[in-house]
Amino acid sequence: MKDEGDHMTDQKPFVDIRHAQKSYGTLEVLKDINLQVQKGQIVAIIGPSGSGKSTLLRAINDLDPLTGGEVWLEDKQINKNLPHRQYEKHINLVRQEIGMVFQHFNLFPHLTVRGNVTLAPKMLKGLSDVEANTLAEAQLDKVGMLERIDYYPSQLSGGQKQRVAIARALAMNPKVMLFDEATSALDPELVEEVNLVMKKLAEEHMTMIIVTHEMSFAESVCDRVLFMDQGVVVEEGPPEVMFRNPTSDRTKEFLRKHLAGQHP
Amino acid sequence: MQRVFPFFLEAAWITVLLSVLTTILGLIFGAIGASARMSRFALFRFLGAAYVSVFRGTPALIQLFILYFGGPQIGIQLDAFQAAVIGLGINAGAYMAETMRGAIIAIDKGQIEAARTVGLSRFQTMRYVVLPQAMRLMIRPLGVNINAMIKATALVAAISVVELTYTAQRFIGSTYKPFEMFLIAGVLYMIIIYITGQAVSWLDRKARIN
Ligand SMILES: Nc1ncnc2c1ncn2[C@@H]1O[C@H](COP(=O)(O)OP(=O)(O)O)[C@@H](O)[C@H]1O
Ligand SMILES: [Mg+2]
Repeated sequence: MKDEGDHMTDQKPFVDIRHAQKSYGTLEVLKDINLQVQKGQIVAIIGPSGSGKSTLLRAINDLDPLTGGEVWLEDKQINKNLPHRQYEKHINLVRQEIGMVFQHFNLFPHLTVRGNVTLAPKMLKGLSDVEANTLAEAQLDKVGMLERIDYYPSQLSGGQKQRVAIARALAMNPKVMLFDEATSALDPELVEEVNLVMKKLAEEHMTMIIVTHEMSFAESVCDRVLFMDQGVVVEEGPPEVMFRNPTSDRTKEFLRKHLAGQHP
Repeated sequence: MQRVFPFFLEAAWITVLLSVLTTILGLIFGAIGASARMSRFALFRFLGAAYVSVFRGTPALIQLFILYFGGPQIGIQLDAFQAAVIGLGINAGAYMAETMRGAIIAIDKGQIEAARTVGLSRFQTMRYVVLPQAMRLMIRPLGVNINAMIKATALVAAISVVELTYTAQRFIGSTYKPFEMFLIAGVLYMIIIYITGQAVSWLDRKARIN
C-alpha cells in the first residue's frame, strides 16, 4: 500500500495528510490514513459508500475536522488547534486556497451566476465590481457558461449548475481543487460536460483530489487512484494497475461489482 | 351614533400606532432573541431560550399587568401607552425570535458549507448567504406573528390605553348599544388586519421575484 507513494516522494508533497483519524463517537470512520499529493497531481479516491471518502476530502479544508493526525498544504498546517478567533482567521485564509465542488452544487439560489462567482472575490480579495466581473467572465468562459452569466441557478440544468460551481471555486484561484462526487447527482447525459471541464483543469495541471464513482473518467485523468474501504486505504497505485490489475481482493471485488453495476 | 365615529377613528389610529411600534420592537427583540438562541456561547443560548419560553409561556395580559401595575414597585414608571408598546413588543419578540430562527435553520447546510469553503467568515456567510435566503422564508410566518400581535393590542384596553377595544367599551355606557360599538371596533380591526395582510403578501411576492 505504501510503495507507490514512496517512489513519488522525492519531492516535498503539496497536500500532505498524515495519520488522519476520525471518529464519530465510537464509530471510527478514518483509520490512520496517509495521503501525499504532489503539485499538479490528480488523485482519485474510489470505494464503496460509507467508506469515508467524503470525510477524508472534507478533512482537507477542515469542514469535518479530524480527531487525529495532520493535514498540510505546502508549508502550512491546516487543522491547527487555535483559540476560536485565531482559528477562524487562519481557516478562512486557508480555505481560499482550496476549492471544493459538492455533489449537490450548493449554488447560492438568491444570486445570479455572476453573483455566485463574484461574491467571494469581492468580499475576500477586495476586488471592485469591474475587476470581479472581468474575473467572473473569464472563469465562466472557461467552463462554457459565459452566456448564462445573468441567469439564476434555478434556471440552469444540473450540469450547468455544476460548471458554475466549478467556476465559483476557480475564481478564488485555489491551489488545490477537491471534488466530492461532482457528477453523481447528474442525469447521465449531463455528466460529460462536467467531466470535460475537469479534464481541462487536468490539462492545466491543477492539483486535484477527486472522489468519484466513474471509473473510466478516473482512469482517463488521474495519476493515482486510492481505493478506500471501511476507513482505510486498501490499495493505491496508478490507474492502469488499479483498474486492470489490482492486488487486493477487496479492490477486485469492488471493481467487479461496480463495473457490473455500470453496464447492466 | 354619529358622534362616536371621530372617537373610533382616533382609537383606530392609536391601534395602528401601537401595532407599528410593537412590530418594530418585536422585530428588534426577535432578532436579538434569535441571535442569542443560535449563539456560540451557552450562556446566550440559555438566555435566549429563557426569554422565548417565559414570554410565550405566560399570558400577554399578565405580562402587561406586571409591567404597568407592578413596574412602579420596582422603579419602572411607564405611562399606559409606553407600557403597552414595550410589553407587547417584548411579547411579540419572543414569537418572532422563533420564527426567525426557524427560517434560518431551514436553510440548507450545504449553503453554509459552500460559503465557508470559499473562505467566507461566519459573519459573511450569515450576512450574504444565509440571511438573504432566510428573510424570504420568514416574511409569511412573521406576517402571522404580526396578525396575532395586532389582535393582542386589544388587551391593552385593560391598562386603559384608549385604543379600539377601550373606546368601544367606553361608549357602551352612553349609547346602550354594545352590539354596534363592538361591531364598529371589529370592522376597524378587520380593515387594519386586511391591509397588513395585503402588505405582507406583496412583500412576499416581491421577495420571490428577486
Ligand atoms: N456527522 C456524522 N455523524 C456520524 N457518522 C457520520 C457522520 N458523517 C459521516 N458519518 C459516517 O461516516 C462514515 C463515512 O461516511 P462518508 O465519508 O460520507 O463515506 P463516503 O463518502 O465514502 O460514502 C459512514 O459510515 C457515515 O455513516
Ligand atoms: Mg460521500
